[in-house]
Amino acid sequence: MADLHARPPATPDRWLGFQTLFKKEMLRFWKVGFQTVAAPVLTALLYLLIFAHVLDSHVAVHGVRYAAFLIPGLAMMSVLQNAFANSSSSLIQSKVTGSIVFVLLPPLSYLDFFAAFVLAAALRGLVVGAGVLAVTGTVVALAVPDAGFAVAAPGWVLAFALLGGALMGALGLIAGMWADKFDQLAAFQNFLVMPLTMLSGVFYSIHSLPAFWQGISRFNPVFYMIDGFRYGFFGASDVAPGLSLAVVLGGFLLTAAFTLALLKRGYKLRA
Amino acid sequence: MAIAVSIDRVVKRFGALAALDGLSLSIDEGEFFGLLGPNGAGKTTLISCLAGLARPDSGRLQVLGRDVVADYRAARRLLGVVPQELVFDPFFTVRETLRFQSGYFGLTRNDDWIDEILAALDLTDKANTNMRRLSGGMKRRVLVAQALVHKPPVIVLDEPTAGVDVELRQGLWAFVRQLNEQGHTIILTTHYLEEAETLCGRIAMMKQGKVVALDTTANLLARFSGHALWVRLADPARLPADLAARAVADGRGLRLALAGAAELEPTLARLRESGCSVEDLRVLPPDLEDVFVNLLREGAHG
Repeated sequence: MADLHARPPATPDRWLGFQTLFKKEMLRFWKVGFQTVAAPVLTALLYLLIFAHVLDSHVAVHGVRYAAFLIPGLAMMSVLQNAFANSSSSLIQSKVTGSIVFVLLPPLSYLDFFAAFVLAAALRGLVVGAGVLAVTGTVVALAVPDAGFAVAAPGWVLAFALLGGALMGALGLIAGMWADKFDQLAAFQNFLVMPLTMLSGVFYSIHSLPAFWQGISRFNPVFYMIDGFRYGFFGASDVAPGLSLAVVLGGFLLTAAFTLALLKRGYKLRA
Repeated sequence: MAIAVSIDRVVKRFGALAALDGLSLSIDEGEFFGLLGPNGAGKTTLISCLAGLARPDSGRLQVLGRDVVADYRAARRLLGVVPQELVFDPFFTVRETLRFQSGYFGLTRNDDWIDEILAALDLTDKANTNMRRLSGGMKRRVLVAQALVHKPPVIVLDEPTAGVDVELRQGLWAFVRQLNEQGHTIILTTHYLEEAETLCGRIAMMKQGKVVALDTTANLLARFSGHALWVRLADPARLPADLAARAVADGRGLRLALAGAAELEPTLARLRESGCSVEDLRVLPPDLEDVFVNLLREGAHG
């Protein structure tokens, strides 16, 4: 046997810990891509087929047909839900199975931890969102050529997808730290994340709502993510995209600060 | 010789319970050190504090002079921990698992070393197998491999042989002993007292968050344990009162503690005089279990 005591080991690379954790988080969902990417794309496609079938001939929003209007909302909803799912399920799984020790024992800082999980979550969101756009966009282009689907300002699209995904990735870290069991995480997802995304204007423009509900919608941060994201496609939105970006950025910074404070304390991770 | 692990007045509370109650301990480089105690004594809490899995409420812990809180990066690089629970990440193969673990410690291109550990732990042909497909014993060996990817000079094994079959246990101990001979400091917690007896040079016995005994294994055995005579009698009721006072029921027989080997002959003579017919007998060597039981009993009275 080789001499295990042969020292010193190679000089450790300060950033490799973060890079490795990030890569592991990416591989974790990519290896089960059928479940983590293909499945949500199919779900979004089903939403599109059903709602567009029922409503396309009746509704036009922001000067485009309903089938086209729906695409960015579905894509952004998928970005947000999958970003949340990635960090939260990874964390709760490793907590429940105990394999979390493998990342708690090495010299990883709480910043390494945050950056790796949030970045991987945002990228999973982007991958799924891109898949939803590609599939639903193709279907609409073939079935409703005059729907008016286009990408007016890709910069806004990318900015909102990345920031929104990062915010939900950080929220997923909070949920994953807080939850001790899978059903607690499911409660977080079903009673907070789902209502916030479903009632954010994925399926409608808030201008179609009664004044009271319009007012309520403006307190939902996800509304600004969807609205700003949609502006990138149609160049039209319910509120100015700059305001939406400011709200989403502020939301991300707040969530990130809270998440970092919990991670630094080792909340429910280190006894 | 440098101090491998220094633990200074460490307190760790969980609510009202003091899992570690001002514990101090110093372990030299190159020792094979045993940490023994009943469930709930605080062994795993102590290891958790050392490894950064738990934070002490007060006190200091150092690995080769590096503080585990203030200088956690350096301290964690010097420490390899084999956790008690049989945990694994079901998404990855053995090699992926070990590459990730190397990366977390900042080590790239570590495959030569990974191959060597795999060979030493007899896992070479499982390198590309998913963790899920391994038997319990193999998963246990991967845990050992994971603790060694960064060549830590101090290695902690927390109950590594719980639920492990005899063959694997022997293999694991041969390997760990080799590590120790090469200069690694080994800290072992175990419930198997005979393991601690054969492997550890020095032992700390813990109870309720404190060290109740700390000495070389030989000294502990000499101080708290002695030979004993075990007999199975045809008619235990005939046992004379003076012997009955010394006897402890043990399995289907009785165990008579002996102050020394010289007391053996008179004890046997006493049995013969009182007409006891001996069906079976054994002379028991000093036993760490006695040390354990005596110490815990002492603690209970005082």
